[in-house]
Amino acid sequence: MLWDALTFQLGYNATLVAIGAALLGLSAGATGTFLFLRKRALVSDAISHATLPGVGLAFILMVAFGGEGRNLPGLLLGSAVSAGLGLLGVSWLTRHTRLGEDAAIGAILSVFFGAGIVLLTVIQTMGAGRQAGLEDFLLGSTAGMLYSDAVLITVGGALVLALVGLLHRPMVLVAFDADYAASAGVNTARVDIAIMGLVMAITVVGLKVVGLILIIALLIIPAVAARFWTNSAGAVALVAGAIGGVSGYLGSAISASAPGLPTGPIIVLTAFTIFVGSLLLAPERGVMAAILRHFAFQRRVHVRQGLLAIAQGQAIYEQLTIRLLVRAGLARPDGVATDLGRSRAAKALRDEARWEVVRRHEAFSGTAALYDGLREIETVLTPDQVAEVDMLLGAPESTA
Amino acid sequence: MTGADFVPLSLAPILIGVLAAVACALPGNFLLLRGQALIGDAISHVVLPGIVVAFLFTGAVAALPMMAGAAGAAIVAVVLIEAIRRLGRIEAGAAMGVVFTAMFAGGVLLLEQSDTSNVHLDVEHALFGNLESLIWLDATGWASLTDASALAGLPPEFFRVASAALAISVLTWVFWRPLKLSTFDEAFAATLGLPVSWIGIGLVIAAALAAVAAFDAVGSIIVIAMFICPPAAARLMTNHLERQVAWSILFAVLSAVLGYVLAGYGPLWIGGSDAVSAAGMIATVSGLLLALAAWFGPCRKRSGAPQAR
Repeated sequence: MLWDALTFQLGYNATLVAIGAALLGLSAGATGTFLFLRKRALVSDAISHATLPGVGLAFILMVAFGGEGRNLPGLLLGSAVSAGLGLLGVSWLTRHTRLGEDAAIGAILSVFFGAGIVLLTVIQTMGAGRQAGLEDFLLGSTAGMLYSDAVLITVGGALVLALVGLLHRPMVLVAFDADYAASAGVNTARVDIAIMGLVMAITVVGLKVVGLILIIALLIIPAVAARFWTNSAGAVALVAGAIGGVSGYLGSAISASAPGLPTGPIIVLTAFTIFVGSLLLAPERGVMAAILRHFAFQRRVHVRQGLLAIAQGQAIYEQLTIRLLVRAGLARPDGVATDLGRSRAAKALRDEARWEVVRRHEAFSGTAALYDGLREIETVLTPDQVAEVDMLLGAPESTA
Repeated sequence: MTGADFVPLSLAPILIGVLAAVACALPGNFLLLRGQALIGDAISHVVLPGIVVAFLFTGAVAALPMMAGAAGAAIVAVVLIEAIRRLGRIEAGAAMGVVFTAMFAGGVLLLEQSDTSNVHLDVEHALFGNLESLIWLDATGWASLTDASALAGLPPEFFRVASAALAISVLTWVFWRPLKLSTFDEAFAATLGLPVSWIGIGLVIAAALAAVAAFDAVGSIIVIAMFICPPAAARLMTNHLERQVAWSILFAVLSAVLGYVLAGYGPLWIGGSDAVSAAGMIATVSGLLLALAAWFGPCRKRSGAPQAR
C-alpha cells in the first residue's frame, strides 16, 4: 500500500496531493531558510494562525451571496487577506509600540485565532445541513478532496516554487549579511516583504494539506535541519528545500497508504525525523561528530600524558593510557615502553621544555597562546625558531 | 437575567475564566519582559501529546493523570528546546518552532491512532476548551453562594483553576524581589548571589503549571492569549512593574468577563439565537483591549514615554 502511494498508484487525487505537497515542501523549506536566517522563524506562526478568521469570513460571505461556502479558491483568498492583515498587525505593533516582535507575534496569533474560532461557531449555527468542514483547515485533511482542489494545490505549489526560484538571489544576499546586501544596493526592506509574501503564499497553499497549526513546521524544521549540513546560505536553502520536498512527498504518501494517518502531522513528523537525523549525524555540527571529536581529544591527552610519564620514569596506572600506548606501539602491555615509545617520550618531554621557553619569552607571545599541552612544537614554529628555542633552552638533557 | 438563571449557568464559567486568565497573566508579565513571550504558545501546544499519552496509560479521561501528563510534556519540551539550542547552536525561536510543532503533530497522530471515540477527547476540545459546559448544577440562585453543600457541587475545574491561581499569586508575591531583579538586570542579580538561571527555570515551570491548569478548563487558545495580551497591554500603560502587574490583572479579568458575556449574550442582543465560542471571544476581547492600549496607552512608545518619577 505504501509502495503504491510512493509510486503514484493511489489514484489521481492522491498523486496530485503528493506532488503538490512535495512542491509545497520544497518551496517552504527554501523560503523558511531565509526566515530562519533572518531570525524571524516564528513570524510564520502569527501568519498561519491569522488565516482562520479570513477562512470563516469568506465562508460566511460566499453563503450570504448565495454561493457555495466550501469553494476552496474563495476560502484561500479570504485566508490570504486576513493573513496579510495579521502580518501588518505584527509589524505595526513592533514598529509603533515598544512591544517586542515576540509579544506582537503572540498577540496577533492568539487574537486572530480566537476571532476565527468565534466565526467557526457562528458558521456551525448558520443552518443545518451546511456541514462546512472548516475544522479541516486546522490540521489539514486530504481525504475526500475534490479533484479541482487537488489541482489547485499542485498548481499553487508550483507557482510558489517558481517565485522562490525567481527571488532567491536577493534573498540569499540579505539572509547571509543584510548590511552587506544593503551596501551592494539591495533594498533589504523590499526583500523582507518578499520573504513574508512567500511565507503567506505557502501558508495559504498548505492550509488544506497541512493545516494552519502545523504549516509553520514546514517552514522551520527543514531550515533548521539543513543548517547542520552546511554553512553557506545558498546551500542551506537548497538542502532545506530538498528536506521539505522529501517530507511533503513521503508524508503525504504515508498518510494516503492507511487510515488514521492525518496528512499534516505525518508530513511534520517525517520532517522532524530528518531533523533528528541531521542533529545526530551531520559532520562537523552534529552531535555524533562532537562526541567523536571529544574522544579523539581525550585519546590525545592520554597518549601525551603517558609519554611524559615514560620520559620521567614514572609508572603508568591508568588502563586506558596503557591500552592506547600499546595500540600505537609505544609500550608493552605491562606498561614498559618500547624503543619507539622511549624516543617519542624524550621528544614529548623536550617539546614540553621548549614550550616552557616559548611561554616565558616575550618574542613568542603569539605562539604561546596556542599552547594546549598537546601540540608538537614543529606544528607552530619554523625549524629556525625551534633552533632558537633550543639555544635558549641549552643543551638537551639526557632522558634515558 | 435573574439570579436563578445566571448563577447556575454563567457564574461558574465566568469565575473559572477569570481565575484562569489571572493565573496566566501573572507569569506572562515576567515572560514578556524577558523576551520569552512565546513560551506560553509553545507550552500550550505540547500539552496535547501529554494528555493523550496520559489517556493511553490510564484509559480514562481523569483530571490528575492528564495534568501530570501535560506537565511532563511541558518539561520534556523545555528540555528539548534547550538541548537543540545548545547542541545545534540554533536560535531559541526556531528551536521552539521545531519542538512544539513536532510534539503537537505527535499528539494529533496518537489521538487519531487510538480509540477515543467513546470519550470526550479531541483536538478541538484541546484548542477551544469547553467553558460553556462548566455549569454549576447545584445552584439555585445567589443564595447558593453561602450554601456549603451547593458550593461543593461547583465543577471540579473551578477548584483546580482556583488553586493554580492561588499558587501562582503566592509564588509571585514571595519571589517578587528576586523575580523583578533578575528580570530587569540579570547580571546585577547574579552579582547579588541570586540563582538567576534557577529563577528563569522556576518561572517557566510556574508558567507551565498555570497553562496546564487553565488548559484543562478553558482550552489552549485562552491560555496563549492571556499569557500575552493583558501583560502586553499593561506594558503600554505604565513604566512600573507593580502597576503593570495590576493593569494586566485588570485587563485579564475584563477580557474574561466581557468575553464570556459577549459570547453568551451578545448574539441574543443582535437577534441571533445561539451563543458563540466563549474561548474565542475572550481572546478577541483581550486583543481589542491590547489594540486600545497600543493606540492610547500613555507608555506605548519606545522613546518619549513619560519618565518615571
